[in-house]
Amino acid sequence: MTEPLLKASLLSKRFGGLLAVNGVSLSLYKDQLHAVIGPNGAGKTTLTHLLSGDISASSGELWLKGQSVTGWPHHRLSLNGLGRSYQKTNVFLPLRVWENLLLAAQAKDAYAPYNPLSWWGRTERNPVVVARAERALQMSGLLAWKNTTAAMLSHGIQRQLEIAMVLATEPEVLLLDEPLAGMGAAEAETMIQLLHTLKKDHAMLLVEHDMDAVFALANVLTVMVNGTVIASGTPEAIRNDTHVQAAYLGEASA
Amino acid sequence: MSTPQAHMETLPRSVQALLSIGLMALLAFPFAGQDFYTQMVTRMMILAIFSMSLDLLQGITGLVSLGHAAYFGLAGYVLAFLSPADTGASWAISLPLAILGAALVALVIGCLVVRTHGIYFIMVTMAFSQMVYFLFFDNKGLGGSDGLYINVRPVALGLDMENKQVLYYFTLVCLVLVYVFLRRLLVSPFGRTLNGIRLNEHRTQALGYDSFSYKLTAFTLAGALAGLAGYLWAAQSGYVNPELMGFHMSAHAIMMVILGGMGNVAGALVGAFGFELFMHVFKDLPQVGGFDLGKHWQLWMGLLIVLVVVIAPQGLMGLLRPGSRAK
Repeated sequence: MTEPLLKASLLSKRFGGLLAVNGVSLSLYKDQLHAVIGPNGAGKTTLTHLLSGDISASSGELWLKGQSVTGWPHHRLSLNGLGRSYQKTNVFLPLRVWENLLLAAQAKDAYAPYNPLSWWGRTERNPVVVARAERALQMSGLLAWKNTTAAMLSHGIQRQLEIAMVLATEPEVLLLDEPLAGMGAAEAETMIQLLHTLKKDHAMLLVEHDMDAVFALANVLTVMVNGTVIASGTPEAIRNDTHVQAAYLGEASA
Repeated sequence: MSTPQAHMETLPRSVQALLSIGLMALLAFPFAGQDFYTQMVTRMMILAIFSMSLDLLQGITGLVSLGHAAYFGLAGYVLAFLSPADTGASWAISLPLAILGAALVALVIGCLVVRTHGIYFIMVTMAFSQMVYFLFFDNKGLGGSDGLYINVRPVALGLDMENKQVLYYFTLVCLVLVYVFLRRLLVSPFGRTLNGIRLNEHRTQALGYDSFSYKLTAFTLAGALAGLAGYLWAAQSGYVNPELMGFHMSAHAIMMVILGGMGNVAGALVGAFGFELFMHVFKDLPQVGGFDLGKHWQLWMGLLIVLVVVIAPQGLMGLLRPGSRAK
């Protein structure tokens, strides 16, 4: 198999006496969707935080595109091709959709703050940035809301914007934390379509509670309970895993 | 949560008209006014530069500094140190040095303070400016509590700041340049990122922005512009003392920005002029009974600020904007 784009080895995170994530290892490959499922409090979001650099791991190592990135801050991982969306919608509410996307799309230059040219030019006249934002706008199906203030959007559309902003940074690795949370059936269908499209060309980690969506999309599934991985494999293997059935699916579907 | 489009990327017609008329009035003023008024308006323009420099932090980046006067005062001291006893310093040399000095100190202090947030940022900026204040206040070698005199005002390239008209137009040019620079910065990639940091710093980091370097650059730039204002202040008044870096001066800047309206630069500009105008109006209030209304101008000013904050949370600029009264 090819080199994983993102590889985590024995990541752990301790909050005081609580071991929220306990020695989790996983690899994300291009063109593959890796879903992480588990009951509430299993440590899925904490794991996402560790992978994205939102919080630093107590122990364990992380590689991005073959480069060791353990302990790198959030923004540096992002600049190097790792994009993530949040479980709780985390967009710039007072800004218009287009402004949100432009802000995301222009975040490519680590030296920009020190460059006087960036104090003077205009983002909307930079064709590269505009093309990036335009692509994210189209892919996420937000064209109709381009000039709407984010705060005025419905929850479902805000969730789409959440993803669109990640896409505007042109990441190679996508970490999506419950993109379907709180969505209506029609909205969810649109989002699932989008995730399906994004599987191509990206290495994706999807944390999700919607089992139908997960089993429809995932190439690989990891099941977490109490911070520990109890099973990992293809959707078929997971479906037939007795541990998983006992710990999770059994409770949910019985 | 911040109000939508608080930046007024495109200023309303009424504001554009007001600013154009204001600029014409400023251009023509020295021909009509006496020296006393020319000096008064020069002072207003200097304070407007100071106020706009703070808006870069307070309104645009969301960093409320209670120590911004430190950089204002320091630049004034640089001029005082560089001024010979019997001739004027060259402003072509001392002005860049003063701005650079203020910027350097802002850079060093900024490295330490921009890591903090909210109330802590306010306290730490105040603490550092008080340190600078007492450094000068307690050191005879730095002028002590009395400060230093600038016997002859700066001169260079045929522009002698001893001439009140020259100083006036020099200040006006600086005012216009700073205004244009900051208005452009507001909609530049840098300014939009600062806006993002103000709205949601965490998400800007997730998008790949090192918010520390952005805030530090903003802090340094704001310090440099405050230095420009402080230099002109010292050049005009002919002396510097520690009060220029004191707590009151920092608070003065915050009040000017709030009075005018934060985050769009034009508000800070209007606020500075408004503040000075109101101050003169209040100072000229008559004696009523045994009570000297004018002497207690700060009381009326305080009430005015409270009133503005209550009825026009976006400052005087907010009043000029159609449909802004609805919260």
